[in-house]
Amino acid sequence: MIFSFDLLFEAVLFGVLLGCFYAAVSIGLSVSFGLLDVPNVAHPAVMIVGSYFTYVLCSYGFDPIVAGVVLMPVFFVLGVLLYRFYYESFEKRGTEAGVRGLAFFFGIAFILEIALILGFGVDQRSVQAEYIGSSWELGEYRIPYRMLVAFGVALVLTASLTLYLSKTFTGRAIKAVAQDEPALRLMGANPVRIKQWAFGIATGVSALAGAMVIIIGPVEPAMDRIFIGRTFCVVVLAGLGSMTGTLGAGLILGISESIVLMFFGASWAPAVAFGLLLIVLGIRPQGLFGR
Amino acid sequence: MKQSRRNALKAGAALAASTALPRFAIAQGGTVKIGMSMPQTGSLGAGGQAALLALRMWVDEVNVRGGLLGKRVEFIVYDDQTNPANTPGIYTKLLDVDKVDLLIAPYGTVPTAPIMPLVKERRKLLMGNFSFQVNAKVQHDMWFNNSPWNDATSWSDGFFRAGTKAGAKTTAILAADNDFAQSLANGARTLAKKGGIKVVYDQNYPPATTDFSSLIRAIRAAKPEMVFVMSYPNDSVAIIRAVNEIGLGSQVQVFGGGMVGLQFTPIMSSLGGLLNGVLNYNSYVPGMKYPGIEDFLKRYAARAKDAKVDPLGFYLPPFNYAIGQMLEQAVNGTNSIEDAKLAAYLKKTELRTVVGPIKFGKDGEWASARVVQAQFRGIADKDVEQFRSPNKQVVIYPDAYKTGEAITPFEKARKAK
Repeated sequence: MIFSFDLLFEAVLFGVLLGCFYAAVSIGLSVSFGLLDVPNVAHPAVMIVGSYFTYVLCSYGFDPIVAGVVLMPVFFVLGVLLYRFYYESFEKRGTEAGVRGLAFFFGIAFILEIALILGFGVDQRSVQAEYIGSSWELGEYRIPYRMLVAFGVALVLTASLTLYLSKTFTGRAIKAVAQDEPALRLMGANPVRIKQWAFGIATGVSALAGAMVIIIGPVEPAMDRIFIGRTFCVVVLAGLGSMTGTLGAGLILGISESIVLMFFGASWAPAVAFGLLLIVLGIRPQGLFGR
Repeated sequence: MKQSRRNALKAGAALAASTALPRFAIAQGGTVKIGMSMPQTGSLGAGGQAALLALRMWVDEVNVRGGLLGKRVEFIVYDDQTNPANTPGIYTKLLDVDKVDLLIAPYGTVPTAPIMPLVKERRKLLMGNFSFQVNAKVQHDMWFNNSPWNDATSWSDGFFRAGTKAGAKTTAILAADNDFAQSLANGARTLAKKGGIKVVYDQNYPPATTDFSSLIRAIRAAKPEMVFVMSYPNDSVAIIRAVNEIGLGSQVQVFGGGMVGLQFTPIMSSLGGLLNGVLNYNSYVPGMKYPGIEDFLKRYAARAKDAKVDPLGFYLPPFNYAIGQMLEQAVNGTNSIEDAKLAAYLKKTELRTVVGPIKFGKDGEWASARVVQAQFRGIADKDVEQFRSPNKQVVIYPDAYKTGEAITPFEKARKAK
């Protein structure tokens, strides 16, 4: 093992950037699973669909980030429709909605994966931009621009969602529906419409997260599978429904993975994510930043 | 009117009979069933689909020639999704339900390894398909691999020769955490030990690694003079990008070695100029002369366009087509489809294929390895057609096919035209 404080500093720096990327791809799930309690295992698959649509828009000259932003309203509408279908088919019918809902979202994930294969084939797809494949040189250090983009997007998404959930009426209603749905109903609000709106936001955010994924590296239809574990890990580690917590958990995961990758061997990296999760759940079952 | 209708009916019947005759002649003798699984989705899916197209070409052509032993060839294929957990079940179905006569292995080491015990137990001939060392422990005596490598060192030999020729005395080894890459890594370690090369970095990475910046930084800190990488397609792209961003250091003479994916057209064209200087393995690159290969590639290119698969098809398709050619020669040579007879024929005969003559060793691998190490040079962005030119991938090894010397160090090679 080669150790120096320079390397340690770089490991932390790369970890912060990687952690922000993890937060960016998990924050939609933090809304749908963390706040709404919807077992949305199709979240990474929706995100990869976002990557492919970003690829399509980029072929018409769009910048990948702009493409991600353009796709957000489209995905918002798709999310609203998807939740409505889920609600009518499962949630409305009560008790076993959780388990059957899980099967439903697994099904959605498989359908999306197959649709991508049929539509685009199994070849990898990637996008080109000025900030992909080049780095910012700071003396001895080189920081990939694409990771800086993920860092920026994660910060903007976290800040926007935190402000939206705490400062707006609908945002506070979303938090309320997560805490006490019957009470919200007694106040005269319609929890289903609130949840539908929130699920739309979660899906809209996935489009931008998808753009991040294709900026970080090439995508292929089955790539959602490698994100399922990590995104759920970040959301649970954060404490269900905490936006700043999602960023914090992403950072913890990213920094620890980066240090392990740099000094102890890459094989241990996946064990870090789930090891941390087990420890945190043992000590603080509500997650690091949950109430 | 009546007369003309009768005449028309007669003419129609005659036409139907004449067009049906050759098919009838084949169908009369039944079918020869050839079965396999192929990764058509998952990480090896892109390569698998191109390979499958080449095999389908052979099936179509052999049926036009009258099939095997006068019987039509029926080709049964399942998608294993690049998932090794799926292949034993698929091959059991092929043998017990589909009752296939002949078996071809799926493309790749990882999906092939789990079926080896089953195939050996059932005493079936298995045509290997670009896997690496899967028969080393199983020792199945009816295994014949189409890939141009044999033992664990044959893959990395050319790379290490180029590095040591440039004066390199240290190496880094980075390998994916799977059977294939680990076998390769062992070959690289053996060669390093034999050549007195110090291994200054030796790490495996898990398949779900999303970003390689930290790993490349760690390699850079170890200051190796050679960087030997064994990776699967998605990882290869991420590693090449990270190397371009982070850098490996000016001391690195050669970089690459065993990166899967850099042979596939979509990946080559998406990486474009980032490939320059990389010295990597290959099976065939333009400029290598084999009888029939250029004609095959032309026919392949026409069908690849419609099938939306790898448009160039240099890496896997010719070698998959060669599987068909070898089976055809063995069946015609023995006048049989019995596994043992075919295996005996394949063992003793030098076979003529579009990838040159193939002679198998005792272990079912090629008697003489022919792994190419080629250096990418002068690659431009977004240009697929450039890869048809022989000077874009300069063959450094083996000597018989050499088209140039390796440019070293790596930083210099990146800028070379």
